[in-house]
Amino acid sequence: MSSLAQLLPGQSAKVIRIEGGRGLKQRLQNLGIREGAVVKKERGMFAFGPIIVKAGSTQIALGRGMASKVVVELL
Amino acid sequence: MKVLLIGNPNVGKSVIFSRLTGAKVIAANYPGTTVEFAKGLMKFPNIEAEVIDAPGTYSLEPTSKAEEVATNLIDDADLIINVVDATNLERNLYLTLELIRRTNKPLLVVLNMWDETKHKGIEIDKEKLEHSLGVPVATTCALTGEGVKELVQRIDEAKVSSLKDLKDPIWFEIGEVIEKVQKLSHRHHTPLDVLQDLSIKPPFSFIIAAAVVFFSFSIIRFIGEGLINYIFDPFFENFYSPIMMKLSSFFGEGSFLQSTLIGDLIGGEIDYGVSFGLLTTGFYIPVAVVLPYIFSFYFILGLLEDWGYLPRLAILGDRLFHKLGLHGYAIIPMILGLGCNVPGALASRLFEARREKFITATLLAIAVPCMAQTAMIINLLGRFGGQYVLLVFSIIFCLWLTLGRIMNVFIRGQSPEILIEIPPYRMPHLKSILKKLWMRISWFLKEAFPLVLLGILIVNILYFLRIIDFLGGIFSPIITKLWGLPQETVGALVVGFLRKDVAVGMLRPLNLSLRQLITGVTILAIYFPCVATFMVLVKELGIKDMLKSTLIMLFTATLVGFALNNILSFIGMQ
Repeated sequence: MSSLAQLLPGQSAKVIRIEGGRGLKQRLQNLGIREGAVVKKERGMFAFGPIIVKAGSTQIALGRGMASKVVVELL
Repeated sequence: MKVLLIGNPNVGKSVIFSRLTGAKVIAANYPGTTVEFAKGLMKFPNIEAEVIDAPGTYSLEPTSKAEEVATNLIDDADLIINVVDATNLERNLYLTLELIRRTNKPLLVVLNMWDETKHKGIEIDKEKLEHSLGVPVATTCALTGEGVKELVQRIDEAKVSSLKDLKDPIWFEIGEVIEKVQKLSHRHHTPLDVLQDLSIKPPFSFIIAAAVVFFSFSIIRFIGEGLINYIFDPFFENFYSPIMMKLSSFFGEGSFLQSTLIGDLIGGEIDYGVSFGLLTTGFYIPVAVVLPYIFSFYFILGLLEDWGYLPRLAILGDRLFHKLGLHGYAIIPMILGLGCNVPGALASRLFEARREKFITATLLAIAVPCMAQTAMIINLLGRFGGQYVLLVFSIIFCLWLTLGRIMNVFIRGQSPEILIEIPPYRMPHLKSILKKLWMRISWFLKEAFPLVLLGILIVNILYFLRIIDFLGGIFSPIITKLWGLPQETVGALVVGFLRKDVAVGMLRPLNLSLRQLITGVTILAIYFPCVATFMVLVKELGIKDMLKSTLIMLFTATLVGFALNNILSFIGMQ
C-alpha cells in the first residue's frame, strides 16, 4: 500500500482510504477521489507543483500534501 | 414559479440560463465562473417563471462560499433543473441523487454537452436513465442551442422522483445506474487532446505558458493602440474637437457652462488631457483611452476563458502562489482583476479560508491595477517611452510578490493546497466570445462611464470650492516631503476613491516631472481600491478584516512613494 503521491506516472490504483478530515474527504470525493474508486496518476509533481490524476473522466490537479493522504493499492 | 438551475461547476448552467431567459451572464470554460446567483424571467404560454442560475456545486454539503450560495437557493425553488455534464455522468450523478434523496421538489435532469459524448466514445441510453432516476431527462448542447427548445417543452414534465430506498453510500447506487445506462468505447486522440496533454507536461507546459502570456499581452497592446491611433484619436481630433470649439465659443469662454462642460482651453485649443470639461476630458478618458484597452483585454480574456487555458496556468503558477500564502487557483481573481477589480474581488469566494481571502483581496487591491487604470498609465507615461510604463508595472509586480511573501510569513495559518478539476480544452465559439465581450463592454459603459463623468464633475467642484488647496495643506507633509509631489496631487488621491482612471488623468495638468509622474501613478495604483471594489471587499471580508487590509494599503503606499521618490532622485531622474 502506498499513497497517491508515491504512485508513478501512468500507474493506476484503487483508493483504500483518505486520511483526512471530513472537509478534505468531501472535497476529494466531490471530484471522484473516494474509497473504492480507481484513479490513474497522469503526472508526478514537477518542481513541487501539484500532481495530476484522472478519476473517471475527470482530470484533477491536487497538492502533494493532499495526495499523500490518499492511501491507495496499486492495480 | 421559481425554477432553479443547479449542477456541478463548469457544466454549462450559465449558458443554459442565457438560452432560457435571454438574460446576460458571463460563462466560461473553468469551474467557478459563477460565484453569485443570477435571476431571469422566462415566459411559458400560460405563466411566467423566474429562473435562477446558481453557482456550481458538487454536492449539497458546501465546501466554499460559492457552493453555499447554491445550496441555500434550493429551499426557495419550486422546480429544480439539474444540469449535468453528459461527458462526466458518473461524477455528476452524485448531486442528482442527493437532490432526489434530500429534496422533495419536482426535478428535471438535463444532459448538457450532449454533442461531445459522440466524440468521446460515450453512449448514454436516455430512456433507461429516465427510468433509473424516475425523472425526465433532456439532452442539450447549450453552446449551439441544440435541444433547448425540447428542454423548455418538457419543463412541466418535471416531477418528484418515485425513487426510494437509495443505496448508501450513494455511489453504490451510481455504480448500478452507470452500469445500466452508459457504454464507453475507445476513441482516437485529437490534436486538441495532444495540446491538452502538452500544456501540463514540463517543459512544454512552460513554453506554452510563456507563449500564451507573451502573445496575449502583445495582441492586447496591438489592438488597443491600433484602435486609439487609427480610430478614436482621429475621430476626436477631426470631428469632435470642432464641435466642442463651437460649443465653447457659444457659451463664452470663462462662463460657468463653458468651464464645466468644455474646460480650460490650452493655447485656444481643447487639450483632452488637460481641459477637464465634462464633454471633453469626461468623454475622452472613457471612450478614447480606456475603452480600446477594455475591448482588447476582454476579447483576449474571453478566448482564454472559453478555450479552457486558465486552470492550466493555475497549475503552473501553483508553486509561486504558495510563496504568497495562496494556491495556483488564486490566479483567477488576479487575472479577472486586471480587467476590473470588482469581479476579481467577487472571485475570492472560490476560497474558503479567511486567510486566503484576506491575502487575495489585499494583493488584488494593492498590486493588481485594473484595465482602466492601466490604459491611463500607458497614456500618461507612454509619451516618455515604453520603458517607463514597463518600469511602473515591474514595480507593482515586485510589490505583489513582496507583499504576498510578507503576509504569508506574518499572518498565522497555512497555505492551502490546490484541488481543482481541469476542464477539457474546447474550441472557442466566436459568437459566444463576442457576446461575452459585448456584455463586459456594455457593463463598462453603463457602470463606469457615469462614474467617470461624476469624477470629472467632482474635480471641477473641488477646484471651484478651493477644497483641493485646503486638503493639500493638510496632507502636504506626506505629499510634498515624503513623495516629492506638488500638494495639488491630493485632488487625484480624493478622486481615486471614485475612479482610478480619472485620478491618473488628473496628474496630467499638474505638469509633473518624469520622477513625479512615476511616483504619482504608482501611488495611485496601490493606495486604495476604487469605491466599487471597496464595497465588494467589505462584503466578502467583513469590516474588520477590510480595515486591516486598508491599513496595509495606506502604509504600503506611503512607504513605496517615499522609496520611489528617493531612489529615482538618487539615480538622477528629474
